[in-house]
Amino acid sequence: MTKAPIASFGSDGALVVADAPVAPVHPGDLHQFITFRIGEEEYGTDILDVHEIIAWTGVTKLPNTQPHLRGVMNLRGSILPVFDLRARFGMGDTEASEFHVIVIVKVADKLVGMLADAVAQILQVTTDELQPPPDHGLMVDQEYLDCFATSGERMVAILDVQKLFDLSELERAVQTDR
Amino acid sequence: MPKTDAKFARLKKTYLADARDHLSRLEAAFDGRGGKETADLPAALAALQGIKGGAGAFGFDALVTLCQQVESLLEVDRREDGDTDLIRQAIAGLKDLLKADPATAEASVGDLLATLSERLNPGGPRRYKILFKPTARLYEANSDPAFLFSSLKNLGELDVEVSERFLPPLEKISPAESYLIWTLWLTTESDEDEIRDVFSMVDDACVVRIEALGPAADSSNGDGSEEAATAPVAVPKGAGDGQPLPAEVLSSDPAAQKAQNRAASVRVELDRIDSLVNVVGELVITQVMMEQHVVSGATLDQTEAAIRDVETMSAHLRDLQEGVMAIRMQPVKTVFSRMPRLVRELARDLGKKVRLVTRGEEAEVDKSVVELLADPLIHMIRNSVDHGIETPEVRRAAGKPEQAEIILAAGQRSGRIVIEVSDDGAGINRERVLAKAVEKGIVAEGTHLSPEEIDDLIFAPGFSTASEVTDVSGRGVGMDVVRRSIQDLGGRVTVFSSPGEGARFLLILPLTLAVMDGMIIRVGTETYVLPLACIVESVPLADAKVQTVMEKGRFARHRGRYVPLISLADLFGVESLGASDKQADEDGEGARGLVVLVETGFNRTIGLLVDELLGQRQVVVKSLEENLVRIDGISSATILGDGRVGLILDVDGLEAMVGPKLGVSAQLMSSAPPVEGIAITEGAPG
Repeated sequence: MTKAPIASFGSDGALVVADAPVAPVHPGDLHQFITFRIGEEEYGTDILDVHEIIAWTGVTKLPNTQPHLRGVMNLRGSILPVFDLRARFGMGDTEASEFHVIVIVKVADKLVGMLADAVAQILQVTTDELQPPPDHGLMVDQEYLDCFATSGERMVAILDVQKLFDLSELERAVQTDR
Repeated sequence: MPKTDAKFARLKKTYLADARDHLSRLEAAFDGRGGKETADLPAALAALQGIKGGAGAFGFDALVTLCQQVESLLEVDRREDGDTDLIRQAIAGLKDLLKADPATAEASVGDLLATLSERLNPGGPRRYKILFKPTARLYEANSDPAFLFSSLKNLGELDVEVSERFLPPLEKISPAESYLIWTLWLTTESDEDEIRDVFSMVDDACVVRIEALGPAADSSNGDGSEEAATAPVAVPKGAGDGQPLPAEVLSSDPAAQKAQNRAASVRVELDRIDSLVNVVGELVITQVMMEQHVVSGATLDQTEAAIRDVETMSAHLRDLQEGVMAIRMQPVKTVFSRMPRLVRELARDLGKKVRLVTRGEEAEVDKSVVELLADPLIHMIRNSVDHGIETPEVRRAAGKPEQAEIILAAGQRSGRIVIEVSDDGAGINRERVLAKAVEKGIVAEGTHLSPEEIDDLIFAPGFSTASEVTDVSGRGVGMDVVRRSIQDLGGRVTVFSSPGEGARFLLILPLTLAVMDGMIIRVGTETYVLPLACIVESVPLADAKVQTVMEKGRFARHRGRYVPLISLADLFGVESLGASDKQADEDGEGARGLVVLVETGFNRTIGLLVDELLGQRQVVVKSLEENLVRIDGISSATILGDGRVGLILDVDGLEAMVGPKLGVSAQLMSSAPPVEGIAITEGAPG
């Protein structure tokens, strides 16, 4: 599946986000990301997409769904799905415990939970510190990567949660392959 | 800009919802008591004002004009023979306009507007009624009412009447106050604006209400409208019959109606909200008290106090829940009020004499239930008038009164609402029904059925006795649709018929869709909720006489019939709780587990294999689709006692899931050996 790059660099070296041509991106603009760990890797998501972060509380399994859809949880009366990011990225299932976290993000008009190992930090970077993900031939899910940020010596992969959990992804998650 | 647009669109939506509310009130004002002569005119006028009010703001000119014309028409009709049909047409026109976007539907009422304005303005002088109430300020400003009246007299013929109704006894009169009110009748060629101009100088010092009464020629005899208004108005029954009703009155576009139903908003009495605010206040206080008792230490007294607080709190919470549910409740009157007109018009079209009696219309049900109730009820009443009730001649020959009676009654019974539609017509023609069912292949020829079973056939899918497709009942839907929609609401419908004496339909519905009676069941490691309404009974697996076909398909023999079994564990790929379950399952004999027999929407019984029934509970129904998408076999979700999510099973969906999975059509399943998913599922995922 080929897709237009989500972010690219303009001639002046500034990051150009393809989906948002209206908002001009200046090199000095500040971005805030909430980052979380999955194993040794660190991922982030735009802080504006994050609804809240809670500790793992257990979920109710849904019948005949993909393994990375862990089930549904009760968030103060709303019922929302919880996805295991580790399983989503094909790195095996997370052995969830009370030390794991669910990062709840707002995707379109829905709330979706992402199971991660731990919250790492709130990362504040300027636009010129962001890099488009280098084209890595082996990476399958590159389309869900927004860009890369650097935190000290570490690389943080910024996820595009709007794409990661769009309606067709949700539909796919509840489909039975059997 | 787009933001303002969105806001405007939202306002428009609110207005339209309101206007439709007003419209149904307008209809109620006319229909409740049979005709215009006895119609509740103040209510009708208030409803029209309500529609007109916002229409101008959105530029719905046709709507405004139509409202004004109906208003004028009502004023005219107050005092003379009215054109009932014209009013009906006008209401139908309003309905048309409000069905979609009034701006785009304007063309559809062009003719109507022309007819109405011709009726209202045949030319010549018009009569106005003017109510004039000066305030003290008018006299302070040295204005004289007599001067105003003489200006009015310049416009035409004037009658003046003064009312001393508000004049206090002499000793209490304050000379600086204004007590008198004048009623003026003016016959003039001038229009309302010109009359208003006369009062423009004293605009802020008086209250002036001008009402157009209609063409003067019709009403100039008699010196006051009061007298004429109270005079008995003799309108020959069905005076306007010559003019056929527009088709829209009888058939409204179902798609548009559905869309209308979804635009949900509720009107709530302030009292109900106040009591909620009260309860919430109490809750906050209790919470503070509890906090104090819990925080301030672990003495025995404090603990006891805290326990008491918990009790108080749960009482408040119960109140709160009841209060919130009450907000969603509406009297069934909102649906019932549409029926008298339906009956009247149907009876007229079919040349029958029918009287509709409604009872218990103040019974309250959830708004969503009320809205979804309309279509099935309309259908059943149509059915009664068309098929059930005989023509006057036949009735006379049978020794019955010529005028038939349809009773529409509602009442609450043990947490459910029961609605009855009964008529004193001919009842169900069992011979014809059976012949029809055989002809349509619903039952095999020579099948022996009890009278009740034959009556029940009218609900069978594909059954419709409308061989003589009349334009009344022959709308392509049969009673099976009624049964389906009632079942979708979590209710059931049954019919009782006695030949020659009439038929009686009984609808039993839950009071609300937001709360449901559920049976909590355990399947392996998972718990699910099964709607109690669809459960027929449950039998231990050991007693279910399970038999297999092709080694896979399992059936239970139940009351002489073979019922297909569905293993929820296999269908959902659920792991069993422990070795014992599995063992028991494989042993077959002495198996633990239960077969829960449930009735599906297709009116078939299937058996669900479950491990345990954990008890019955009222559950609050929550949407799964709000944050996810639809999932096969699951209708919705709820929060269980431990705060976890419980999934509510969709029985129809379960049945549908089994069919395609095995390449067996649902139809085959009901007759031939259906096979069930045990060997198909390859163990539990994950």
